[in-house]
Amino acid sequence: MPGKAPAKMAISTTINGQNYDFLCEPRQSLLEVLRDSLQLTGAKEGCNNGNCGACTVLLDGEPVNSCIVLAVEVQGRELTTIEGIANRGELHPIQQCFLEGAALQCGICTPGFIVAAKALLDKKPNPSEEEIRFALAGNLCRCTGYDKIVRSVQAASERIQAGSTPKQNPQPNQTNQQQAQQQQ
Amino acid sequence: MNGSPISYSDKKYKVLGTRPIRHDGTDKVTGRAIYTNDVHFPDMVHGKILRSPHAHAKILSIDTSAAQALDGVLAVITGEDWPHLKDKIAHLGEGAVNLADLSENCMAIDKALYKGHAIAAVAARNVHIAEEALSLIKVEYETLPSVLWVQDAMQDDAPILHEDLRTDYMGAKGDKPTNIATHLQFEQGDVEAALASADVVIEREFKTATVHQGYIEPHNSIALWNEDGKLKIWTSTQGSFTCRQQVAELLQIPLSRVTVTPCEIGGGFGGKIAVYLEPVAALLSRKCGRPVKMVMQRDEVLEATGPTPGSYMKIKIGATKEGKLVAGDAYLAYDAGAYPGGVIGPGCMCVFSCVELPNARVHGYDVCLNKPKTQAYRAPGATQAAFAFESVMNELADTLCICPLELRLKNAAKEGTRRVDGPIYPRVGLIECLEAAKNSDHWNTPLEGKHRGRGIAAGFWFNIGLKSSVSATVNSDGTVNLLEGSTDIGGTRTSIAMQLAETLGIAAEDVHPKVVDTDSVGYTDVTGGSRTTFATGLAAYEVGLDLRKQLCQRAATLWECDVEDVRFDSGTFVGCDNKKITFRELAEQLPEIGEPVVGRASISKDVSTNGFGVHICDVEVDPETGKVRVLRYTAIQDAGKAIHPSYVEGQLQGGAVQGIGWALNEEYFYRDDATMANASLLDYRMPTCYDLPMIDTIIVEVPNPDHPYGVRGVGETPIVPPPAAVQSAIYHACGARMFKLPMSPPKLWKAISQLS
Repeated sequence: MPGKAPAKMAISTTINGQNYDFLCEPRQSLLEVLRDSLQLTGAKEGCNNGNCGACTVLLDGEPVNSCIVLAVEVQGRELTTIEGIANRGELHPIQQCFLEGAALQCGICTPGFIVAAKALLDKKPNPSEEEIRFALAGNLCRCTGYDKIVRSVQAASERIQAGSTPKQNPQPNQTNQQQAQQQQ
Repeated sequence: MNGSPISYSDKKYKVLGTRPIRHDGTDKVTGRAIYTNDVHFPDMVHGKILRSPHAHAKILSIDTSAAQALDGVLAVITGEDWPHLKDKIAHLGEGAVNLADLSENCMAIDKALYKGHAIAAVAARNVHIAEEALSLIKVEYETLPSVLWVQDAMQDDAPILHEDLRTDYMGAKGDKPTNIATHLQFEQGDVEAALASADVVIEREFKTATVHQGYIEPHNSIALWNEDGKLKIWTSTQGSFTCRQQVAELLQIPLSRVTVTPCEIGGGFGGKIAVYLEPVAALLSRKCGRPVKMVMQRDEVLEATGPTPGSYMKIKIGATKEGKLVAGDAYLAYDAGAYPGGVIGPGCMCVFSCVELPNARVHGYDVCLNKPKTQAYRAPGATQAAFAFESVMNELADTLCICPLELRLKNAAKEGTRRVDGPIYPRVGLIECLEAAKNSDHWNTPLEGKHRGRGIAAGFWFNIGLKSSVSATVNSDGTVNLLEGSTDIGGTRTSIAMQLAETLGIAAEDVHPKVVDTDSVGYTDVTGGSRTTFATGLAAYEVGLDLRKQLCQRAATLWECDVEDVRFDSGTFVGCDNKKITFRELAEQLPEIGEPVVGRASISKDVSTNGFGVHICDVEVDPETGKVRVLRYTAIQDAGKAIHPSYVEGQLQGGAVQGIGWALNEEYFYRDDATMANASLLDYRMPTCYDLPMIDTIIVEVPNPDHPYGVRGVGETPIVPPPAAVQSAIYHACGARMFKLPMSPPKLWKAISQLS
């Protein structure tokens, strides 16, 4: 019935390792609550009907489109959003490889791709190109043609397996800067 | 498989051609970048639009009283709340618009012209209440017959969209109501005589479907009409200044009262130049006195923003038996959508743009029909035309048993070639791109296997110049802040900052680029037309020269010598007696030796940078289903000078993939009642990464004579060749020559079935 907002429900959940308690209407999507109520705006609204993957978050470790999960469904469960991927000021290797590999252009799909890629590499640290493409097929990118995204996930896979710690200041930056200074 | 660019210049650079991390990258990979939908204001409310369910209908009445009365609704507006505008043409940087049409496109007044046309809008405490309010608005319509296909709309008995529309042909107006807004014509030489003398003549008809830019971020805007009469807008736009102009003109308020803040933009490709939500949110805000946020749903994006035209084309070419083109004749009819002013002009200018053609004629028609007003989409109008022309070229090559690459080399446009619409090319790089294709690993690797084929096609886009402004300040730590008005869709902060860094002899990371609002920088045209790295980059170069000049002055003050005795030598200032000071050292001393150093530059370039590309495509066709799999793809393009090669490659790959989507799957599919049947990203089938192989690129660098570093725009050309390259590959794979886009499984399966 118009005008009568449904009663709100109290939800307790864990997001990026922290406890969250919030009130939401049963009709609100998880994406809406994350973005509008909890100010976690890293998950992006691209299509709002589960087709583009820009709002991908991990629910108990599984990638889901948060626009087609109801907020009330996360009661007692564990969420990871893009805000929880970097570790205390250090970018995750996937984020670092996306930067170095120029795997983003407009950037709106980037958080969703990184979260989906993390779900893949957490389960399968050494995926084939086919497996990467299959795992990311639910995430649409209109800018890059996917080439650099797939290559960056491959690079991240190698880096994670090599166990190298991600650097906060990317190497190519330093190289360029040093080069420019040397030449001055 | 992306190597170093193939350079045709001896110039050596320190910064240009390197691959630094983009300045906004970390914000984007951490989810911290602020797009419009991420902006939140205290007291903000949410707007929603009621849209026409009919493709063509008279609006008899609108009753908003029940919506107004709903608890939580703060404002409702209809077409009656809009200033009544007379016809007036406004230039938006890339293309022009009639403001009266633009106004009606934002909100219908007495007629809905397409399914999804805005009829009314509400602002409410949250989106759910706003959606409920929409359901309470009662609209009485009288439905009218509608027309969806360009050739149908051109018939004398077609339903007429605009009773007062008359065909404009060479400046003269027609005398009867019509849907044909414009009839263009270009001609050079004697086409009939040349065709009569040709050894081979090929004539073919082509059709293409309506396709959408498909940016992942939907249109979204926030407006605050403040109590002081000033209007502030935060929005996803390719051009903050054209947005400001459109809003000011539509709402009939002074330009200076509108401030547009361009937030991060989640894709545009030409589709985020015209305004849709900004003036609606503004009127709602004025009515309720609060900031109003509006976000389109995906079906609204597809049904009510501007896709690129569907088209009907007929191409005739004549050639000697050696494969030298002697004449070309083209007929192009493009959808304008609901209002006149589609992209037929550039379509006509591009159709023969890759060849030298002494005798050529082009007729073009801009046709209104009951679909959303079409807009620019990456090389607007060129992809359709190239699909037709390049396909005919490939058929000519097959007919004459000449290699299609050799056929193109034999006829390639080059310096001095006159295009059919008049301009004569300066130094361009098509031949160099064809040579690069000829020498590529892809072209020289035999393609084996059943049902596999290889195709090739060339493409062209003008790449515009226009106006850009920047300002820059020198920080005492030796870095430079750069303010620019060009919104950054694909990494242009970095490609522009790198040009300033090169000019100052400092590192790319030592320039801090910022995209600022319309109050904070000089006028800048849209991020579109492949102009940003070229034109705003040129402004960055000019501001670098300005800073260099001022810093020479400061060095002279420091050394107590004449400024004439100080020169700048790649990052170092050199005075008499061989005194030297680096940019950074001098910057550190600036606070002690005079006023702060602030530079500015504005440029207005009325030139094209002329981008040519050549694509090679291998496919495998499944004859049982008609499904096409792209096996290998190489995009080759002249970038003039690739400032940041990774992002040039990204443009080539992204454009190629959009073109592949256009070629194989994407189309607006309409039901019998003229409503769109696939208005979602599940059913409007854009390529996913699972549909594609890696996209190889080869960057060719033939310097652009109109830029100090030789830069050409690169963003648009890569979408032009794919449909024709894929078409040819399909033909060589299975023998079916497709004349209609998309070459989707049902259509290809049917064509294959008819072969045997």
